Amino acid sequence: MEKDSNVGGKTSNTYTGYLGCLLRKCVFATLSVGPIPNHLAFIMDGNRRYAKKHNLKEGAGHNAGFSALMSLLQYCYELGVQYVTVYAFSIDNFKRRPEEVESLMDLMQEKIYKLIEEVSIVDRYGIRICFIGNLKLLKDSVREAAERAMKATAKNSKSVLSVCVAYTSTDEITHAVQESCREKVDAIEQADSYNKEEGNNLLINLVDIEKKMYMVAAPNPDIIIRTSGETRLSNFLLWQSACSHLYSPSALWPELGFWHLVWAVLNFQRDHWYFEKIKKQI
Amino acid sequence: MENGSVLQEVKLLNDPQLNPRRCSQVITMLLYMLNQGEAFSKIGKLGLLLLWHFVHFVVSIWYFAVGIAYMLESYLVASGAFKEYKTHDIAKLQYLAIVIESGEAYETSKVITLLKWLAAIGVKHICLYDTEGVLKKSKETILENSNATFWEGLDKRSSLLDQKLMTIEFASFSDGKEAVAKAANLLFVNHLKLGGDLMAPIFTERNITDALRAIGCKGPDPDLLLVYGPARCHLGFPAWRMRYTEIVHMGTLKSMKFGSLVKAIHKYTMVHQNYGR
Repeated sequence: MEKDSNVGGKTSNTYTGYLGCLLRKCVFATLSVGPIPNHLAFIMDGNRRYAKKHNLKEGAGHNAGFSALMSLLQYCYELGVQYVTVYAFSIDNFKRRPEEVESLMDLMQEKIYKLIEEVSIVDRYGIRICFIGNLKLLKDSVREAAERAMKATAKNSKSVLSVCVAYTSTDEITHAVQESCREKVDAIEQADSYNKEEGNNLLINLVDIEKKMYMVAAPNPDIIIRTSGETRLSNFLLWQSACSHLYSPSALWPELGFWHLVWAVLNFQRDHWYFEKIKKQI
Repeated sequence: MENGSVLQEVKLLNDPQLNPRRCSQVITMLLYMLNQGEAFSKIGKLGLLLLWHFVHFVVSIWYFAVGIAYMLESYLVASGAFKEYKTHDIAKLQYLAIVIESGEAYETSKVITLLKWLAAIGVKHICLYDTEGVLKKSKETILENSNATFWEGLDKRSSLLDQKLMTIEFASFSDGKEAVAKAANLLFVNHLKLGGDLMAPIFTERNITDALRAIGCKGPDPDLLLVYGPARCHLGFPAWRMRYTEIVHMGTLKSMKFGSLVKAIHKYTMVHQNYGR
């Protein structure tokens, strides 16, 4: 009898799953009449508050956050969003308690390997994973996992997931300035064999700096969603967000779902004319 | 015309001794069915288009209702009906940035009214930003009519509180990315001067901050940024200064309200920042 009810339960879950999928397809088909954002960025804020709210152990909030991330990625790629960027770990987050930082690093490593070793959303949607940030700040095992994930998914070309770890915008800008200077110094050394004066007249252009940004491979984000009702960007994509629609739902990150995404896209479509106008000005 | 009967007829096409007249009849039926399919697809697309417009119409109604509610709330706040908005610790708001959509930035009288409201609330230091530099061009008119002085820059943030007169800084898109490019060139030239053409340059965030100051971008990071425009977007406000700035959308400049301004500033003074910890 128990077996039957389990099977019955599983069947009803499958039907609910199919219904949910059908509903999503209908909603996305309707949304697709208007412009769909090409690049969505998420600041995943509120995992610790979620754990406190539901009386869970500290790490459980981050686990719930990871599940929410997987669901949202599925919805984004089903909708046709090609680029998704998530703010997983800021350089400022290293200031947290060492035990918390350690457990977050372990969680990240575990989830990275799970993504590439099991048949997952990565295979279903042809996702190329990029880890963006100052990866030298990560411990060796996490950096190795990240590099393996990037290598394993390098040939995927349908969509891109950029995971910002050990990242801040100001660090990204500093790194880009440093690398563009380095490029000019190298150019001068080569120019030495021809004309030293010509080498010394080399100037750094904005284009040179932009080429060295970590996020150079992705277009600027269309929408940046920060959860938990917080209204600041916390040093995330400051350089790239001049024409981005900023959305701050009050839901905590693990609570963010399908309808929040739909609402964000509807608002993006409402203001699309304005953002196209600004892009031409800037 | 039933699909089943057509499919049965189609199977007969395999018959080598086929009647040409029968064959052309079946092909005609198939073409008709294809057209029906196209028609259904067109009806489906039209249906989705109507549904999309309907959904956006409902969203517009929602925003209209929300707009009326905000309008009522701001009148109540302005009239002092809510006790909690009567007091706030304005000292917490050391530097305020206002981003105005360039089209609306031409409304200098509205900008001056906004600055007078801010002065009444007690805000001392403001950065006015618009993408195209329209506000920079109306600098003299704005300063004259709002009884404020031009922001010359201070060395230490703590001395912001000592200023008695309101100061206004004017910024535009060129003070953002282009300023970083100029700062990069300054660092590059200094690196070469120190005999660095043989060494790879290593810069820190401190170096960038100092270089930006040296080229004239001396403004501190604003605590709060109010956006006056159709959407919540910072329109290219200098990235280097916006790390932990709270960004609030106030609606268009045309529909600005004193009550909404008081509420936004009051809300800011109640926010607790973790700074990532």
